Amino acid sequence: MQSRKVPQPGWNLEYTMWMFTRLSGLALPVLGLIGITAALVMGARTQMDLGTLMRWTFFPNVSHVTSSNIPDYVPWGGAFWQIMQIMIAFFGFTHGFNGLRVVAEDYTNPGFWQVFWRGIIFLVWLFSLLAVIFVIINS
Amino acid sequence: MTLDRKVGLLAGLRYKGGGPMLAWILHRITGLGMIVFIALHVIASLLGGDIGIAINTVYQSLYFQLFVVFGIIFHGVNGLRIIVLDLWPKFIEYQRESTWLEWFIILPVYGLTAFVMISRFLAGE
Repeated sequence: MQSRKVPQPGWNLEYTMWMFTRLSGLALPVLGLIGITAALVMGARTQMDLGTLMRWTFFPNVSHVTSSNIPDYVPWGGAFWQIMQIMIAFFGFTHGFNGLRVVAEDYTNPGFWQVFWRGIIFLVWLFSLLAVIFVIINS
Repeated sequence: MTLDRKVGLLAGLRYKGGGPMLAWILHRITGLGMIVFIALHVIASLLGGDIGIAINTVYQSLYFQLFVVFGIIFHGVNGLRIIVLDLWPKFIEYQRESTWLEWFIILPVYGLTAFVMISRFLAGE
């Protein structure tokens, strides 16, 4: 049985992503709580179905929360909420697609297929992030 | 140069990891579930049309949302447990007990959410 190759200590990809996963895991509930608190302050008190709740919490975009009963959507279009949405999307997608990479690399051996899946996941991550930022800026 | 374990599916199923193993495997399943859920939701919004409406109709059904809520709550609470164990490694000695503690948090939170969702669904809202 061969032992696993351990990368050099320091800021390599695995250590960086290990740290990022924990930090973004802490950041996402905090950002979500800010979103849902702001929605309640802006007057969203009734008709709290789950889809609406999740839209306010995880993606408080001005065109995304229109099916809720907030009387005034204008504040959601401001720069603060756009930055919040980009942060949530960046933390969420990076956390998620890195997790997908970790799972994929658990079931593949180093070599062509591992590089292949890493590349595919990187491209999907990049496309998702660009699509979300495009949606945020154009809404 | 991976470890040459040669562990088959049956041997894997017989492995008695208990609470921490259940938490690990559920963390993985719920995480993959959320990535697929969000990716499909984004694709449905981009596509629009019949396919987009069909996907979003599934997302709005109670049965599907009960799974999504469980995934989000479990993944969140279990992730916080992992962060606590990583920041204070002394607690790893008690990781089995920590999985009991997390179910004491998850079950009431999920139970209350599911109760509200089901009672509102039965009330026809």
